[in-house]
Amino acid sequence: MTDFQVPSWGYWVMGVGFIVFIALLVAYIHKNRGFKRPFFASPYVLWLIVFTVLPCLLVCYFSFTDPAGNFTLDNFKNFWDSNYNARKAIDPAELDTYLSMGLTLNDLGLARNSINIDTLVFSLWMAFLCTVICLLLGYPAAHIMADRDFKLGPTLVILFIVPMWMNFLLRTIAMMSLLEDNGLINTILEWVGIGRQKLLNNTAAVQVGMIYNFLPFMVFPIYNVLNKMDYKLSEAAMDLGCDKWHTFYKVTLPLSVPGIVSGITMVFMPAVTTFYISRLLGGGKVQLFGDLIEAKFLSTSVTEWNVGSALSLLMMILILASLGLLRKADPKGEGGGIV
Amino acid sequence: MKALKRIYLGLILAFLYIPILVLIIQSFNAGESRAKWEGFSFVWYGKLFNDPNIMHSLWITLSIAVLAALFSTILGTLAAIGIHAMRKRPQSLMLTLNNIPMTMPDIVTGISLMLLFIFTRVERGYVTMLLAHITFDTPYVILSVMPKLKQMNKNTYEAALDLGATPMYALLHVILPEVMPGVITGAMLAFTLSLDDFTISYFTTSPLVQNLSTLIYSQARKGIKPTMNALSALMFVVLLVLLLLVNKRTDEEKS
Amino acid sequence: MPEINVPRLEFTSMEEQPRLITLKGITKAYDGVTVLDHINLYIRKKEFVTLLGPSGCGKTTTLRIIGGFENPDEGSVIFDGQDITGVPPYKRRVNTVFQKYALFPHLNVADNIAFGLKLKKTPRDEIRQKVDRMLDLVNMSGYGKRSVESLSGGQQQRIAIARSLVNEPEVLLLDEPLGALDLKLRKEMQLELKSMQQRLGITFLYVTHDQEEALTMSDTIVVMQGGRILQIGTPKGIYDEPKNAFVANFIGESNIIPGTMIRDELVEFCGTKFACVDEGFGENTPVDVVIRPEDIVLVGEDVGHLTGVVRSVLFKGVHYEMMIEAGGILWKVHSTAMEPEGSRVGLSVVPFNIHIMHKMEEGEKK
Repeated sequence: MTDFQVPSWGYWVMGVGFIVFIALLVAYIHKNRGFKRPFFASPYVLWLIVFTVLPCLLVCYFSFTDPAGNFTLDNFKNFWDSNYNARKAIDPAELDTYLSMGLTLNDLGLARNSINIDTLVFSLWMAFLCTVICLLLGYPAAHIMADRDFKLGPTLVILFIVPMWMNFLLRTIAMMSLLEDNGLINTILEWVGIGRQKLLNNTAAVQVGMIYNFLPFMVFPIYNVLNKMDYKLSEAAMDLGCDKWHTFYKVTLPLSVPGIVSGITMVFMPAVTTFYISRLLGGGKVQLFGDLIEAKFLSTSVTEWNVGSALSLLMMILILASLGLLRKADPKGEGGGIV
Repeated sequence: MKALKRIYLGLILAFLYIPILVLIIQSFNAGESRAKWEGFSFVWYGKLFNDPNIMHSLWITLSIAVLAALFSTILGTLAAIGIHAMRKRPQSLMLTLNNIPMTMPDIVTGISLMLLFIFTRVERGYVTMLLAHITFDTPYVILSVMPKLKQMNKNTYEAALDLGATPMYALLHVILPEVMPGVITGAMLAFTLSLDDFTISYFTTSPLVQNLSTLIYSQARKGIKPTMNALSALMFVVLLVLLLLVNKRTDEEKS
Repeated sequence: MPEINVPRLEFTSMEEQPRLITLKGITKAYDGVTVLDHINLYIRKKEFVTLLGPSGCGKTTTLRIIGGFENPDEGSVIFDGQDITGVPPYKRRVNTVFQKYALFPHLNVADNIAFGLKLKKTPRDEIRQKVDRMLDLVNMSGYGKRSVESLSGGQQQRIAIARSLVNEPEVLLLDEPLGALDLKLRKEMQLELKSMQQRLGITFLYVTHDQEEALTMSDTIVVMQGGRILQIGTPKGIYDEPKNAFVANFIGESNIIPGTMIRDELVEFCGTKFACVDEGFGENTPVDVVIRPEDIVLVGEDVGHLTGVVRSVLFKGVHYEMMIEAGGILWKVHSTAMEPEGSRVGLSVVPFNIHIMHKMEEGEKK
């Protein structure tokens, strides 16, 4: 927090904004000739502006400025080439000297580095894999529980709802202690004679952790849609001569699309943005986009808020785009959607 | 076929719950090793309650959860009443804004709040964490109170004004008693979410002020110690009970 | 803006009472849609006034503006000589009975009735006396301790009325209070409300879309449509002399025929000239003619003003409703005597039962 200067207009904007808000409120009360119920929401309106709208705008502001507060697109260029800022910082004359000495940009560690993009692509791939596996595992589970003949279904579904709200960190740690070198699985493996394996600190462990954390988010919306579906529809299909498989394929599956779409978004979004799952189960060897952003903000050496903001902004856009897709595929929010 | 289905479901549930169960069982292991069972013991729980660091974090976690639940319940209940009475356009605008903290990934919410505190030069610590918790709790309170308001006769508030009650009196003596079940559910949900949160707390506090989640994270990065097992096991049980309670309440309210 | 001041057609004993509420040029729009367009109206003390009109005509908004739940965009509300526009509802000496009663579900019957009294810091003994008296008035004695949710719709309605009346308001506003009750109960409550109003001597402003209810109970009916007042008058005045086709259609059944006023007391429609009693429309003016179905007398084929063929017959209990084609128009006729389908009949109307109205302006039509 040392090298950062609040631009002087920052305080002006905040002060004037607050006064304008109060003035608007007073004017509004005056116009309505008295206190009306909507005014009960005014404290929260102010809260939303300060703690939701303003921070979002700040992410944008930091994305487009350098540490001195000047407008720049360098942060995004840095996303394309993570050495962009470093190359820019070095004195061109000095660089020329080095180059004339026969050193290449590569030797100096200043050549184009695509780690940001590579990480994003890797994150997307991991999230995609996680989503597909969750769908393949989760759909049958949801389908079994939504079966009208399965009396235990509504009770069991609570076991899927509860983890949705439960601390991912704790659950990741539970998974971590299971996979550890001297954890339960390795003990069993040794006991059956296979011998201890390196289960932790690799991509597979991160993937398992992600599936473990996000599987309930796939099951619940699909269960919701299947459960609300009129069972007479599938009876009608069978009555019209469909066998069991065709009934599922032609009736149940198409009708459960809203739930599937909702589940996909609910798994995909946190899977793209997670950082502690990869940190704890990947042991720092597996880096996801979330880790990259976290490092830009909380790394112990150099903090690069502006670059980090640009990365966050890209992530926000990604999320909003996938939410937009969700709205399109499930306009009525039948899948239970988010929350 | 039927048996096959049950086995499948059993396997999925085992996948979800075995890690948690194992963790809880291990927390009662007398020895330090995870591999060998050396007898049942509360020794790690004893250590847990004698560790000043952990006790400090517990105090921070609980006090923030209580305060955040309190403030967000007041803020959210008032807001829900206001939003409910709004005309269509401002209402849908408010509901959209209200959805932002719920739809945004935690890491983005955390970072944007962190930038706010950096921008306004507020030292990150207890207060900033509390503000952040109120911010992500309030939308859930609003979501719990809103359905109760919708069930109310739309003229009840006006009837109270008509009989001579001021807006404040009508709010406290007519609307509040009717939406109380929703308010309580909202408060419980806010408390639980606040206990539960890791990511947003992580970005909005300093390393000096740690709640249980951030403490566990910083310890776990170095490897899991048995006291951490005990702490995680405790938190699991508390959260599980709270979540089942909230879930039961919302189910009852629906029917 | 036509007819800013709608004159009252008939004068009753109400004329002696002073004006209690006056609305001056009240205008209200929601999201750019005008729901009230320069409403002018006064209500006298002890008067039973009904705002009548189809849904969306602005009658409930008018009531809510008088109650103080909405503020007009333009215009003012005068109460007892004072401008009360913008005064919040809890400072007005009017009380409202809401459409779906809006009883407080967390309070029992007696506490619901006592709600307003407690706010006025009335002594406890007095509250109890007044509550008991009110329960008596609405025939609900002994129900004080019951929860409001255990009551039937009709009983809840009585409690809602008691809750308002116990505050001794100068005006009671009623927003379709009987709308949720079944037909038989509604008829009973109509009579009860009317007698209550006369006994207590309180001004009632009643909103309904049920024309029969309005005719039964009111001293004065205000017919509204599209945010405007079309006609103000006594029930009989409005029924007998509707001002235009909309009012004629809305209040009771009627035959509305386009015609031409030849000169005073002579009108032509269906190619026939009829004597009538209306004057002042000018010469050769296009008008609408209203004839109520029960005012058409069936006579011999060659004696009537018009000759027609019976197209359909419906038995309606007290009378038969016949559709008779005559002069190029399908007439609705009510009669206790039945003419079989297909028979030829003569139609006759006495001059007094022919009502002449101005043609509706384009803007007034739906």
